[in-house]
Amino acid sequence: MATEVMMPKLSPTMEEGLLSRWLKKEGDRVSMGEPLAEIDTDKATMEMQALTSGVLRKILINEGESAPLGQLIAIVGEPDEDISALLNKAPAKASAPATTAQPASQSEPATQPPTQPQTQPPTQNEQPAAAGNGKQGNVVEAPASGRLIVSPLAARMAAEAGIDLRALSGSGPGGRIIKRDIEAAIEAGSAAPEQASVTQLRAVPPLQQPALTEASPYRDQPMTEMRKTIARRLVTSIGPVPHFFLTTEIEMDLAVEMRRNINELDTEHKISLNDIIVKIAAAALIKNPQVNASFQEKSIRYYERADIGVAVAIDDGLITPVVRSADQKSLSQIAGEIRGLAERARSRKLKPEEYMGATFSISNLGMLGIDEFTAVINPPEAAILAVGAVTPKPVVRNNEIVVRQIMRVTMSCDHRAVDGATGARFLQTFKKILENPLYLVV
Amino acid sequence: MAVMTMREALNQAIREEMHRDPGVFLMGEEVAAYQGAYKVTKGLLQEFGDKRVIDTPITELGFAGLGVGAAMVGLRPIVEFMTFNFSILATDQIINSAAKMLYMSGGQFKIPIVFRGPGGSAFQVGAQHSQAMESWFAYFPGLKVVMPSTPADAKGLLKSAIRDDDPVIFIEQERMYGNKGEVPDDEDYTIPLGVAEVKRAGTDATIVARSLMIPLALKAADELQQLGLSCEVIDPRTIRPLDIDTIIESVKKTNRVVVAEESHPFCGVGAEISAQITERAFDHLDAPVRRVSGIDVPMPYAKNLENLAIPGVKEIVAAVKEVAYV
Repeated sequence: MATEVMMPKLSPTMEEGLLSRWLKKEGDRVSMGEPLAEIDTDKATMEMQALTSGVLRKILINEGESAPLGQLIAIVGEPDEDISALLNKAPAKASAPATTAQPASQSEPATQPPTQPQTQPPTQNEQPAAAGNGKQGNVVEAPASGRLIVSPLAARMAAEAGIDLRALSGSGPGGRIIKRDIEAAIEAGSAAPEQASVTQLRAVPPLQQPALTEASPYRDQPMTEMRKTIARRLVTSIGPVPHFFLTTEIEMDLAVEMRRNINELDTEHKISLNDIIVKIAAAALIKNPQVNASFQEKSIRYYERADIGVAVAIDDGLITPVVRSADQKSLSQIAGEIRGLAERARSRKLKPEEYMGATFSISNLGMLGIDEFTAVINPPEAAILAVGAVTPKPVVRNNEIVVRQIMRVTMSCDHRAVDGATGARFLQTFKKILENPLYLVV
Repeated sequence: MAVMTMREALNQAIREEMHRDPGVFLMGEEVAAYQGAYKVTKGLLQEFGDKRVIDTPITELGFAGLGVGAAMVGLRPIVEFMTFNFSILATDQIINSAAKMLYMSGGQFKIPIVFRGPGGSAFQVGAQHSQAMESWFAYFPGLKVVMPSTPADAKGLLKSAIRDDDPVIFIEQERMYGNKGEVPDDEDYTIPLGVAEVKRAGTDATIVARSLMIPLALKAADELQQLGLSCEVIDPRTIRPLDIDTIIESVKKTNRVVVAEESHPFCGVGAEISAQITERAFDHLDAPVRRVSGIDVPMPYAKNLENLAIPGVKEIVAAVKEVAYV
């Protein structure tokens, strides 16, 4: 019997996938478990495996095209089987693959064809939510047909509050969205500002407004899945999360010297200053657990381990792979781990467990010559440390002007979970250890 | 109010009802001369004589049928099964005669009979003598099924069962006969059948329990309170007709349910309660209804295994934490 191949959910936050490469072509034999295609999710490029054996009869989406979760993208069946019934269910898009190539497409009609509900009708509980969100007209997306795991109560609450369930990540087992997730979203008002900003952006396309006599020429670069996720995630941070910032200056001479000494010990060692910063931040977190926290709906969650998210810039985006229990690991372990994670991040092969669930993050732009900056908190973490460049600067020591290696760091804190003095104490510990790394072994 | 055991409360209920209505009589194995295998019928032979307190041969089907016949002609028999495990032999009379007579006679014959006795697990009496039978009887239209969890409930419910015009299966928990509690002295103290009681009010999760599981559920609720979880404990008291409205009201408040029962899970009363909650309160559930039931095996004889087969406080606590995502 012929089987429908749907766009699978390959990451916990994925809502649609971009088909980056078919690994089989029409007519090829596939067996269950064999890779069928490579899908570009919001986080990584993942292989999609065949869930059944047979012949790949029909490919319904071209390489480079996106499809929402659950959309029919191919058909696997017997070589001589009649698949016309299944083909009729395919979205209209399949016959008009040119849509994504159109310039200046204002909305996303291509990924939301009107025939979409046929593939998998939304559940009754999702319908009110969609209706509620649809006030602005047809630009707001219909619910993706991908399977959202949500408790019946949470579904109803979301419908009543007009919250888009797909903007939430569930805290229940298997990512199930439950009551407390909706309550948190209502409290944070995350759904509303996001909705508003999206419509605003769509309503006012400033680049297309005629200026002077002639509009400037422009190019609309379609957003990658990752860029969309970054946009969505950051709006849920800087909007609802009340940030405040603490900056301090750190004398790095001893840390720089320690790094040089370690690397001279053995040519195998390639410890970076950032590795040292990660370890010391973790150690400081363990000493100041109030910062190793997360604001929850009715409680503040304090983590027992210091799992450090390390921001890694990659083509067209960034991702924060996690070094777990960084305080417990040796510098060479941390260095090796970060190198491996960064490589996998650049080749987009990170697994979800490698980039999710950090308790604190570090973003370092020192290597790009930035002296000082502020970073946006990665929710639900309570803080992020923005690290600037190490530069020789004249400073006053014992009433004399001397030159020291100075680095400025700025910590952004979620004021709901962390207060100024609490954050300052963490920075104090961090600075103390970093200025004299011997504390690490005391 | 006097403090007494469940055994004494049941005895008091029977005695009061035998005084109140000369049509009430008692029969069963060892109920008279021996004063009852569990002493529930203590002193009744002396007080009411051998016309109203009758020792039967070991013939469950026979004396159950005798009871149904007596009920058809207007008496109010109380038939004691030494344990409900032996009611298995009498099921033809209970299910085919008692449960259906009113219906099949077009309403001409009421069957005001009470089948009562201990049920559920005891202490190492083996696989054939440790069974929770309530789902068998609750399955059939025409029978009412009652399971008290406190001495006061035992008295009030048994008196209502004796006064009821329909056949009532009244299952007492064998391990609970010695449990003590305050019992109203009032001779007209009755508890209507089909009305649940909220044994403890709470906001975060509902535990529906019955019989032996009530004291355990209350202990579990105490432990969970320490974790900041407030549990509502509901005792339906009557399994059929089931007071589902009280349960649904609670679910609407707490959004999470654990059903605790001593019986096997498959086709059990917990399964029925779970199904009704899903049908009637689906949109209020934040987690699947979770059952805590006896292990799905014949009851082991060995003490250590027997303890493992019956759910305890620990299992109830774990289930509540699961549905409350703690």
